[in-house]
Amino acid sequence: MEENEIRAKVAKVITEKLGVDETRVVDSAEYVKDLGADSLALVDIAMAFEDEFGVKIPDEDLGKIDTVGKTISYIKEHLS
Amino acid sequence: MVEIDLSGSVSVVTGGSRGIGRAISLGLAKANSKVAIVYASRTESALKVKEEIASFGGVAQIFQCDVSSENEVEHVINDIVSQFGNIHILVNNAGITKDTLLLRMSESDWDAVLDTNLKGAFLMTKHALKFMMKNSFGRIINIGSIVGITGNIGQANYVASKAGLIGFTKAVALEYGGRNITSNLVAPGYIETEMTEKLPKNIKETFLNKVVLKRAGLPEDIANTVVFLVSPLASYITGGVFVVDGGLSLT
Repeated sequence: MEENEIRAKVAKVITEKLGVDETRVVDSAEYVKDLGADSLALVDIAMAFEDEFGVKIPDEDLGKIDTVGKTISYIKEHLS
Repeated sequence: MVEIDLSGSVSVVTGGSRGIGRAISLGLAKANSKVAIVYASRTESALKVKEEIASFGGVAQIFQCDVSSENEVEHVINDIVSQFGNIHILVNNAGITKDTLLLRMSESDWDAVLDTNLKGAFLMTKHALKFMMKNSFGRIINIGSIVGITGNIGQANYVASKAGLIGFTKAVALEYGGRNITSNLVAPGYIETEMTEKLPKNIKETFLNKVVLKRAGLPEDIANTVVFLVSPLASYITGGVFVVDGGLSLT
């Protein structure tokens, strides 16, 4: 999957789950600080990524992917 | 009488083919919810409930599942969603007893009861929640027992499982309240079912003498409470424990 495709799908999940405008979903955006996610929303988004990309995100990795950019790198890395 | 209409909803009832679960399946179907009857072993009983529901124009399907197996639970939840499209209401009613005094209770007696009654509710809730989260709507009802509050002789395993469900109910209420998912527990007293039919006569009489309302409860008494708690009338109720025992636990 191309990075652009991953980016578009990630953005779609985030805008749907958090109800934020797509313009706010930039690589540096932090889920909690910038996008208003709470702990439940983080799990919800992670589960949506798992469904969308068929990757498994263990709890210990969840804390590490706290920005949109890190999410995209993580998915890219674990897709193959 | 306020009419309760659950049109457009999909309900899942574990242990839905017999006893209290059967009454809950029928009650939800009468309120126009589509009902997934989850049962462990007796296909015939489950089919009968399905036919009874069809006879008054309701919609139901039967699904065999061991609720203590995560693999089976995951499959059954997916099967239900592929047939009915969604899940809005979950009633964790499946329960078994293996009664004996603690000194004589085997590890397998303990595990079997905890696995079905408590772990089963955990697994079903976990997998149903994924769909409830997507809907930002969910109604979870756990069927406990008054003995989970009062304790009972010869039922350390059953009592522990039912007391555990109270804590579980509250934890779920706290975690998912923000998503408009409520979680409540109904604690029946002495209800006439196959399960209580097995009790020795003297124990039955002791129970009956203690019931303030002077009759054994009917499965419908529990079903009515469940239908209320999943209805719009109860939308502000979560984390609650509702004793439905005719006053048994007062005496």
